[in-house]
Amino acid sequence: MEHSTLVLFFAAVVAVAILIYVILDGADLGVGILFGTTRDEHERDQMIAAIAPFWDGNETWLIVVATVLFAAFPAVYAVFLSAFYLPVVLLLVGLIFRGVAFEFRSRSARLRSIWDLGFWLGSAVVAFVQGAAVGAMIQGIPVTGGQYSGGAFAWLAPFPVLCGVGLAIGYALLGASWLVLKSEAALRERAYRLVPWLAGAMVVLLAIASGATLGIADRIASQLAGRLWGLVFPLAGVLAVAGILIGVRRRRDGWPFAMTAVFFLMAFLTLAVLFWPYMIPYALTITDTAAPEASLSFLFWGTIVILPVVLAYTIAVYWIFRGKLRRSYS
Amino acid sequence: MGLDLDPIILSRIQFAFVVTFHIIFPSYTIGLAAWLATLEGMALATGNPVYRRVFDFWLRVFAVSFGMGVVSGIVMAFQFGTNWSAMAEKMGPIQGPLLAYESFTAFLLEASFLGVMLLGRARVPPLLYLFACCMVALGTMASSFWIICNNSWMQVPLGHAIVDGKVIPADWWTITTGPVVRWRWPHMLLGAFLTTAMTVIATGAWYMLRGTHRDEARVMLNWGLALAAILVPVQIGVGHRTGDVVHTHQPVKFAAIEARWTTQQPASEVIIGIPDETAGRNLFALEVPRLGSFIASGTWNSREIGLDSVPEQDRPPVLVPFFGFRIMVGMGLVMLVVSWLGLALRWRGTLETARWFLWSAFLSFPTGFVAVIAGWYTAEVGRQPWIVYGLLRTRDGVTPSLATETAMMSLAIYVTVYLIVFGFGAHYIYRLLRDGPTQSGPGPRVTAGSRPMAFAGSAASAAGGDVKAGE
Ligand code: HDD
Ligand code: HEM
Ligand code: HEM
Repeated sequence: MEHSTLVLFFAAVVAVAILIYVILDGADLGVGILFGTTRDEHERDQMIAAIAPFWDGNETWLIVVATVLFAAFPAVYAVFLSAFYLPVVLLLVGLIFRGVAFEFRSRSARLRSIWDLGFWLGSAVVAFVQGAAVGAMIQGIPVTGGQYSGGAFAWLAPFPVLCGVGLAIGYALLGASWLVLKSEAALRERAYRLVPWLAGAMVVLLAIASGATLGIADRIASQLAGRLWGLVFPLAGVLAVAGILIGVRRRRDGWPFAMTAVFFLMAFLTLAVLFWPYMIPYALTITDTAAPEASLSFLFWGTIVILPVVLAYTIAVYWIFRGKLRRSYS
Repeated sequence: MGLDLDPIILSRIQFAFVVTFHIIFPSYTIGLAAWLATLEGMALATGNPVYRRVFDFWLRVFAVSFGMGVVSGIVMAFQFGTNWSAMAEKMGPIQGPLLAYESFTAFLLEASFLGVMLLGRARVPPLLYLFACCMVALGTMASSFWIICNNSWMQVPLGHAIVDGKVIPADWWTITTGPVVRWRWPHMLLGAFLTTAMTVIATGAWYMLRGTHRDEARVMLNWGLALAAILVPVQIGVGHRTGDVVHTHQPVKFAAIEARWTTQQPASEVIIGIPDETAGRNLFALEVPRLGSFIASGTWNSREIGLDSVPEQDRPPVLVPFFGFRIMVGMGLVMLVVSWLGLALRWRGTLETARWFLWSAFLSFPTGFVAVIAGWYTAEVGRQPWIVYGLLRTRDGVTPSLATETAMMSLAIYVTVYLIVFGFGAHYIYRLLRDGPTQSGPGPRVTAGSRPMAFAGSAASAAGGDVKAGE
């Protein structure tokens, strides 16, 4: 099938925005999840400080994904959000609680534990829901006449739940390696100890999920059979896990995060191999769902001006707040 | 259609609920951003420190409202797909790019200049700081432009073509600068400015009544009153033109706003009354003959169509547009009286001692919010039963797979969460307003990033010590 250049361009924009979102906000959400594993106020403050300057901008990539989908692939936007109606509500509520917790927890000594609970539970729910959505996509989303035609709880089937837990652990791994990078002393040590466990758990879950995938969807198996070269991505993913462990052993603070990011990139590419050119797997391709040229070209000019600026700004923020947490941070 | 709870009515309630919460914050922040830019400009131009103190104070209020606007706006961006997926799929080629531009604008603005505005005072030269303030103000206005474009297209679809049953954009120029946007955007912007002006006036009056922060209160009263006194008449004029647009493009909505059940020539104007939807007439109506023709067309004898001119299934509800419109206009008149009276008192030099006036000004705090919400209800309910006027019915726009229980669940979740979260947010804004412009500067934490509310938090706690002393 032929895809027009504009359609490919916007597919790439969506893919890059998702990837940036997953790696950057995944780390924030992961720190949020790990937040629930400690009661030590000092550690909690450090965790918050490690993500404070970034989370807001990172979250905005999610809105970019949503609105660009609406603009460029309206049918995907429609099917995806209606298929995941309740998960999306939970996702939004999770994001709201995470967002206000940053502000409210320092405002009220009495309600602090409530906002703290909202913070880590919110983060965990957001992570789980995103994973479950990917799982449900792999399983296949019933579409009739361009609209979702399944039930409200398809994302609670065993396989999506497995993926949801898997992604939550994956995000926790990103979070732990982010903490390794940003913190010192006790918190850094604790994060170092967590990384191998989280990496192990993630690999085990992923192995189960991959096995299950080939079982539940023959489409996946046949898609893969035609693209065996695509196996380099999962293989590179395995190497990345090895890199994480080596980084931990040698106490190289930057490695775990970099390698986990590579791992996520590889997982993402693997999914792309399995799905391409479908946007809603095996029901709607990018060209089926693309908006007309007149819509895409109208948006094109704004996109090529604005996205690079935003990228540059994102890099600048990470640069300004680079290095270890300093005392003034908390 | 009784009130059986089907996914359609639930989605409508949910949309109305969520958007009502959302609009409270943008209509406040759009005006506040412009107000802050003005204050900063005045501080630089005159060197008078009181402008800086007033600036620092309103900056904190701005920060919290902006944060709440963002949180509630994110929900909006997903609603079209979750609840109105059939509309999203069909109308996405036009609505999608407009909303994408909105998020780009918000992203750019939030990413670059908001951070400077909230935290960069000490790090950038004064002129650059002023520039950042102006860019934030422009950014909020630009953001609202895209949103109003989108909504105006839903109200009066223009500039599209239908090819093979699909709606595609034919003329972006018409979509973004057509006759409807051209009046509704200024009407919304003026609404936002007036909302802010009224709260600034009320806050100033409050401090005057309590005898605290007199210098700052004077600045707030003077500027707020002058601005409102000028803008309310402008708004009435622009509102009238908005009404002309409705008259031309949505005559049935116009009939609903006027509670005109049957076609009349000449048409009378129902000033107030109670529309009885089942009987199709008005109870206790106060009517002025021929005025209806004049308002609609500028002549005393025009023929104005009534609701009976279209089949029943094409008629909007009457009660909400009828009262919504009258509440909005009523609020406009209250603003007019307050601002002109205030200026007159100031002229005579008795503004600060006329307690009866200060009380009225204080109590008119919510007039802008009420007018904005009433205006939106007029526009949106009057558009029914269409979700995109004349192209797609609301009932055909809803997500086909949505079940009643699911919709009920999400509505319950949103209501609960919003009441908790925005309850705390509102309480927090109230505390900032109550404490007022205390002496100590904002002194934000270095590391707060560009997070609006954290800034306000640190500023408030830094200033916390002075609160009691001021009262
Ligand atoms: C006339 C003004 C206006 C109206 C009618 C709306 N908004 Fe809004 N919105 C704004 C004016 C605004 C704003 C002033 O630009 C905000 C408030 C705070 C902010 O960050 O931008 C905003 C924030 C905001 C955000 C957060 C952006 C960010 O991360 O900074 C989103 C996603 C939306 N809005 C989406 C919507 C949608 C989908 C709407 C309609 C159905 C809507 N807004 C109505
Ligand atoms: C921000 C101020 C707004 C308020 C207070 C508001 C209010 C409302 C209300 C009360 C309804 C329910 C009408 C009914 O079902 O009878 C509604 C519906 C709706 N509005 Fe708005 N609205 C606002 C802005 C917008 C904007 C900017 C858009 C589009 C971008 C929009 C799109 C819709 C849609 C899609 C529905 C649901 C379908 C419908 O019932 O017509 N609204 N809104
Ligand atoms: C006093 C004279 C006024 C007149 C004649 C007037 C007229 C109108 C009309 C006819 C509409 C419906 C437009 C539509 O259906 O598309 C409207 C909507 C609206 N009005 Fe007013 N208005 C007035 C005052 C105000 C004031 C004082 C405010 C706020 C402070 C305000 C805020 C709004 C808003 C937010 C909307 C919804 C957005 C829109 O549809 O443009 N109006 N107005």
